[in-house]
Amino acid sequence: MKEYLLETKDLGISFGGLKAVQNLSLKIEKGELYGLIGPNGAGKTTVFNMLTGVYKPTTGSFLLEGKDLTGKAPAEINRLGIARTFQNIRLFSNMTVIDNVLTGLGNSSSCSLFESVFRLPGYWKSESALRQEARELLDVFGLDAERRTLASALPYGKQRKLEIARALATHPKLLLLDEPAAGMNPQETLELTETIKFIKDKFDITVLLIEHDMNLVTGVCDRLTVLNFGTVLAEGNTSDVLHNPEVIKAYLGD
Amino acid sequence: MAIKTSVKPKIKNCTNYFIVGAFFLVFLIIDLASGGLRNSSSILLTKIAYSIILAVSLNIVVGFLGELSLGHAGFMCVGAYIGCFFENILADIIPSKILLIIAAMIIGGLAAALSGIVIGIPTLRLKGDYLAIATLAFGEIVRTIFKNQAVFGGALGLTTHRYGKSLWIIAFAVVFICLFITQNLMLSKQGRAIKAIRDNEIAARAMGVNVTYYKMVAFVISAFFAGIAGVIYGNLISPVSNTFFDFNYSIEILVMVVLGGMGNITGSILAATVLTFVNVKLTTQLSGDLAALKNLIYALILIVIVVYNNAPALRGLREKLDFFKFVTGLKEKLFKKKPGDSEPPSTASWDKIPTKIDMDALLSTDVTPDKSFEADKSASRRKE
Repeated sequence: MKEYLLETKDLGISFGGLKAVQNLSLKIEKGELYGLIGPNGAGKTTVFNMLTGVYKPTTGSFLLEGKDLTGKAPAEINRLGIARTFQNIRLFSNMTVIDNVLTGLGNSSSCSLFESVFRLPGYWKSESALRQEARELLDVFGLDAERRTLASALPYGKQRKLEIARALATHPKLLLLDEPAAGMNPQETLELTETIKFIKDKFDITVLLIEHDMNLVTGVCDRLTVLNFGTVLAEGNTSDVLHNPEVIKAYLGD
Repeated sequence: MAIKTSVKPKIKNCTNYFIVGAFFLVFLIIDLASGGLRNSSSILLTKIAYSIILAVSLNIVVGFLGELSLGHAGFMCVGAYIGCFFENILADIIPSKILLIIAAMIIGGLAAALSGIVIGIPTLRLKGDYLAIATLAFGEIVRTIFKNQAVFGGALGLTTHRYGKSLWIIAFAVVFICLFITQNLMLSKQGRAIKAIRDNEIAARAMGVNVTYYKMVAFVISAFFAGIAGVIYGNLISPVSNTFFDFNYSIEILVMVVLGGMGNITGSILAATVLTFVNVKLTTQLSGDLAALKNLIYALILIVIVVYNNAPALRGLREKLDFFKFVTGLKEKLFKKKPGDSEPPSTASWDKIPTKIDMDALLSTDVTPDKSFEADKSASRRKE
């Protein structure tokens, strides 16, 4: 049997009587750029919330590299290799750009509380290693020059980039991007397409993304799953799925 | 990528050490030159010192973690009673006065930290107002427990050792330790996690921050220093009475933090110093019927500070008297830095977190079309 990076088995969640997501079975291979699309309210972000531990699935399970992560806490899931960005940007707005990334890098340093508080050699060693890595990461996104500004002072497009940088800082195996192109102009979307492809190769990660912008979807995704009213409407190769009459009907109506 | 970065082992943010150090040195010189400070001055200085410790430590929870705690006097109470109780016991074993108070401070601090863990486990799941109510209840419960224990002197209070005049020097030494630990904590991985929880708890969780653990770290370190402040208080005033550690005192510490600015350590130091000074002076100067005026004047001062900090009409004045600009200007003058050499001033150095949107600047932006632009247009039209 083939080993998938992420496998969801009949994943579902209901809020009271509302079945927000039902019987979702995704199989994402390592190194894939996978898209999750669907009309508003289809349950895409709910899937992300389940995969990151914000919601506990009521049915089914999901596995990362064969390891069952269902029901684990968000912080633990992140440490095990799933990182995400948010649809409505959630940066640490009163912290500097570099501090945002350093927070993401926090778990990769073994510096103890005691070492930090008393400035022992372990602190200096880990701190300079973290800063070096943070700046290299910021450089990838062209944010190194603004590393000392407050995150909330960045323009919108850069805030989105910073969110991706911060998520990458946690060294994920799977990166979940929730509408990364929302609010971007076509030029920025084009840049983002290149960036996503670039980071996939550079950091050797798998990307699952939610997106409404079809330019980005067709430009980036290898395969797609379409959700509608919490159920899978179609899945497969990007071009096949986008020409599926059912999908067109769901988006445009009869 | 040719990025080279290094974190040089230097003491960052020496502003606070400088302020406290200068303050301390001035009085130390007066002390040595005049053959000893007056008793009242030494009491005032001790009070200022433990107020600074309380304000800075509460700032860890309120300013950096972003949770409202109204039980800080409760932790101080635990430290004062437990620390001084063991001080009385240890007095026979440890002959040295200094060693005795150090032992008492460690015991008092640890007892307060332990009570912080005990109270933190159930209450740190709560947020906002609920945490405030729970910590408020904790403060009152602790006070009542000590009041009803005969070992701790009951309602009369615990008779403690008075350290004597030089207590203020010890108290300021503790201020330095408190500043050292707090500042180091906030500039480390752990401090960033704590600030991340304040800014966005959901995102912090998603970035792998163990929220419960870091909330506990902040809470316990804050309680530890409150306990030490309690021991200093116990060595200043005997008997230690439970009525001192009431709800009003927790609020008073909170007022220092809020006036100094949330997450602003320099502010906490200044606010604690000024408010304690005003409070002590008003209490000692106003006697008889005038004593009733104390709260009135105190309130007036608070209102003036709040208005000065927030009123849009005073913007110009504030900018003119900006303390941080003054400090950076002083630094540049002292170290002969050319303005071009220095890196762009970090708007986000952690002792300067903007807490309010500058609506004024937003509203005063001129959006009428530029005259020169109009002139340009008409010129080009004429050409055509």
